[in-house]
Amino acid sequence: MPGADLILFEEEYQRIQEAISRLRRDANALSVVMIEKSGQSIASVGEMSDVDPTALSSLTAGNVAATEGLAQLVGESQFNSLFHEGERQNIHISLVGGKVILLVIFDETSSLGLVRLRVRKASTELAGILEAVRSKAGAGVGAMAHDTPFADITDEDIDKLFAD
Amino acid sequence: MTFINYAAREINCKIVYYGPGLCGKTTNIQFIYEKTNPAAKGKLISLATETDRTLFFDFMPLDLGTIQGFKTRFHLYTVPGQVFYDASRRLILKGVDGIVFVADSQESRFDANIESVDNLKANLKTYGYDIMTIPYVLQLNKRDLPTAVAADKLIQALRVKDEPVFEAVATTGQGVFETLKATARMVLLNLKQRSNSRSPVSV
Repeated sequence: MPGADLILFEEEYQRIQEAISRLRRDANALSVVMIEKSGQSIASVGEMSDVDPTALSSLTAGNVAATEGLAQLVGESQFNSLFHEGERQNIHISLVGGKVILLVIFDETSSLGLVRLRVRKASTELAGILEAVRSKAGAGVGAMAHDTPFADITDEDIDKLFAD
Repeated sequence: MTFINYAAREINCKIVYYGPGLCGKTTNIQFIYEKTNPAAKGKLISLATETDRTLFFDFMPLDLGTIQGFKTRFHLYTVPGQVFYDASRRLILKGVDGIVFVADSQESRFDANIESVDNLKANLKTYGYDIMTIPYVLQLNKRDLPTAVAADKLIQALRVKDEPVFEAVATTGQGVFETLKATARMVLLNLKQRSNSRSPVSV
C-alpha cells in the first residue's frame, strides 16, 4: 500500500527486542539488527559501538534490494538469505515474512550453520510479532491509544526544526 | 513510508533527490552534509564509481530536532542519474516520503530533464505512488551557468503540478537548504494529513 506508514508501539517494540536478544544469545552472535526494507532501522541489540546503525541499515536495504533485482532477473521472486564472509566478522542477512530484514553479525565463535538454524527459529516468532503490529494498526488500536500527536503538527513546529 | 517508533519516540522520513545524470543531486547532499552540525548528521555514504559518478546511491541521515516530542530524522538519498541505471533508481524510491527533482538548467540538458521526470513518474507508478499526491519539489540547479535556460521556460516544461520551485547553485549552496526545507515541510504536513485520516499498515 503506497504511503502507508510503519507504526511501532512500545509493546511490540519490546517483544522484538526480546526476540532479537534471544537470537543473538542462541546464535552466539555479536549483534542483530532488524531493518525495514526501505532502509530504516527498527531495532538492534549487541555490540554496535563501532558501527553506525543508520548507515548499516541503509546499506543492508540497498544490498537486499539489489539482490532482489538480481533474483527477478533469473526468474526467482527473491533470494531468502545472503551471507558475507570476512576475515574476522561475517554477516548473515535474511528476510522475515518477505517484508523485514534480519541482519546478524558474527565472528569465529559462532558458525554459519548455527546462525542459519537460530535465524530460522527466530524468524517464525518475529513474523508473528509483525503480524500483531499489522493487525493492531489495521484495527486503529494505536491511534486510539496514543492520540496521534502528528495530527497537531503546526507550521511553528516545522519552522523550529530549521531554526538553526 | 514514514516510520514512527513510539517506543523510541522517533519519526523517520525518506527524501530522494532525483534527476538526470550530472544535474547536481550528490552536490546538494554534500553541501547539506558540510554545513550541518556534526551532532545532527550521520555518515555520508556514497556508492560511486572510480570517476565519482553515483553507482547506486548517496545517503545521509539528518536529525532536525523534535516535533511534538518526537525526534525527527530525515534520510536523504540520491539516485544514480545515468539512464542505464534505471533498475537501481527504481529500488531507491521504495518507501519514499518526499522527492526533490534536481533539474540541470543548461540548454544541452533540456531534453534529459524531461526524460528524467517521465522516468520518475513511471518508476513511482511501479510502487503504486502517484507524483500528483506525493510531496514533491522542483529545483532548477546550475543557475549560474551562462548556458542556463530561462527559469520560466524550464518551469513550463518540467512542472508537474503546483510544486514549489527553487533556483539553485548547488556548488555554492544557493537554494540548497531552501529546497530541503520546503520538502521536509511538505513531508511533515503530509504526515499530519495522514494522521488525521490514519491508514497505517506496515511491515
